[in-house]
Amino acid sequence: MKESLGVYDYWAYDQRPKIEWPGGAKVAFWVAPNIEYYELDPPMNPQRNPWPHPHPSVPGYSIRDYGNRVGHQRQMALLDKYGIRGSISLSVALCEHHPEIIQMCRERDWEFFSHGIYNTRYTYGLSEAQERAMIRDSMETIHRHTGQACAGYLAPALSHSERTLDLFAEVGEELFGDKGGLYTCDLFHDDQPTPVSVRSGKRFISMPYSLEMNDTIVYAVNKVEPRQYATMLKRHFDRLYAEGAESGTVMCIPTHNYQVSCPHRIKAFEEALEYITGHPDVWVATGREIADYYLANSYDAALDSMAAQAATAGKQG
Amino acid sequence: MALNDDYLEYPLRRHGYDHERYAWSMLSERAPVIWPEGKTLAVWVNISLQFYPLNQRGKPFKVPNGMTMPYPDLRHFSLRDYGNRVGIYRVLKALAANNITPTFAINAQLAEQTPYLVQRLKEHGGEFIAHGWNMDHLHYGGQPIEEEAELVKRSVDTLRRVTGQPVRGWLSPAKHQSFNTPDLLAENGIEYCADWVNDDMPYPCDTKTGSLTMVPLATEIEDQFVMSQNLHSEDAWVTQVKDAFDFLLEESREQGGRLFALNLHPWLVGQPHRIACLEEVLAHISGHPEVWQAPAGEILDAFHQATEQA
Repeated sequence: MKESLGVYDYWAYDQRPKIEWPGGAKVAFWVAPNIEYYELDPPMNPQRNPWPHPHPSVPGYSIRDYGNRVGHQRQMALLDKYGIRGSISLSVALCEHHPEIIQMCRERDWEFFSHGIYNTRYTYGLSEAQERAMIRDSMETIHRHTGQACAGYLAPALSHSERTLDLFAEVGEELFGDKGGLYTCDLFHDDQPTPVSVRSGKRFISMPYSLEMNDTIVYAVNKVEPRQYATMLKRHFDRLYAEGAESGTVMCIPTHNYQVSCPHRIKAFEEALEYITGHPDVWVATGREIADYYLANSYDAALDSMAAQAATAGKQG
Repeated sequence: MALNDDYLEYPLRRHGYDHERYAWSMLSERAPVIWPEGKTLAVWVNISLQFYPLNQRGKPFKVPNGMTMPYPDLRHFSLRDYGNRVGIYRVLKALAANNITPTFAINAQLAEQTPYLVQRLKEHGGEFIAHGWNMDHLHYGGQPIEEEAELVKRSVDTLRRVTGQPVRGWLSPAKHQSFNTPDLLAENGIEYCADWVNDDMPYPCDTKTGSLTMVPLATEIEDQFVMSQNLHSEDAWVTQVKDAFDFLLEESREQGGRLFALNLHPWLVGQPHRIACLEEVLAHISGHPEVWQAPAGEILDAFHQATEQA
């Protein structure tokens, strides 16, 4: 085990080259619906139990199923209403289980990125070859069902190994060259995209995805009231919008159809979407669009700045 | 050491579900259902009446709201008992004031031991549904099927005997099941089950033994879920229930029939400082021209009638 993962160096927020988003936008805003499949009777993993009770864990399974049976279309209708194309964090087995959902998202030109095979199969305990095979399966499945070269990764159930980012970047390169394996959502260290070093040397970044704004963390872990979530989202946006006047920021709302689309919560979510998209200098985008733009326009300057800051720190040290 | 390669095998990765209990179907893709008299929103209020034994075994887990302290945990035992002695009578008044006919999901052991309570519930009017034996007799994966079969039969038979009602519905303690539970319910003449919270309408469930319909009793707006699990305030609970009701009412106008199901626990919401919040909630969900308030058995019948006609 390592003390730090070591894929990025310290790089201060207030000393960076300016990020300029298209149209002079202050915030690049994206919504990442997690469309997940949890198995009713998954195999056990030695390091993490998929369910808190003996299988079948009906309470947990059935509310997640609610997300797919009921919630998805509610959230999709809202995103349509506010002109937002979702960037789906996908349990790719959903392509087989519920292709009807995939089809609806394809019709809207939404982005699909990999969130593993099932949210009940963890990275813990996989060998490098096994993890590579799992990631490859996930990217190939997305390509087979949607034609998309998968650009992003959020490890299933946020279960990682030390190699996760390296493997995703490598498999993306093998399958799709510079069109695939571009960004990770697994790091929560910044409000802007940042270069992340992977062992192949691929141009690869961390995309701000925000655990703090993630509805499952907010509702199920932090037990926040629905209307307070709307307040949090608006405050989060307000500050990133203000700071974005100096250098572009990224705001993501990661959602789950079994959380945000419940009848007692969806109005609060809509309030936040209406508020955010009602501002003029917001670039409503997908994860890939932000990654592509950043890689083309800001990545090299970021590397230079990081190197310069490290050198300065070295002199002072 | 790495995991076995079968950890990356997925034999049930296929269209539909990884089980065969019910068919995959998205709510908004189904033919719209209209409730009796042209109503769009069916409102079901369930009152859960529960016995939490002092000598809790906690097998295979301790239920939420059960005993947490070393034996004898008198604080939780008596706080739960409060609901059946005091809280329920406040709740009944609030229901009557709004002309609500509820279901009473009652642990069979409690029904057997409190004939006076059962009599008062019958006088109030409502449908009894089975709620297992007590809150420490769970249905769970790995439970020997003979043991669960006896538990289901004893619970259903006892409740039928002491209430004189047919007892058509079932709510598992803690909404927890084994893989066999739906089969055992149908075998005992149970027609609907409230445990699976995956829809805002009833839907059919496959069993080996007979027909069963899932009628989801929402967890997310339950009094105990919001106030006891999430630790939100009473006022926040009122807001959430109203918001849920308002949203489903609006959706039912646009898309066809929906079910609004509210589960209540007299040991929680029957407290003096909470009962006014319940009154506010019940007033809010009553009296709308598009609302049809009925106990779940009647909602089930109307659902069958509407879907057979369609």
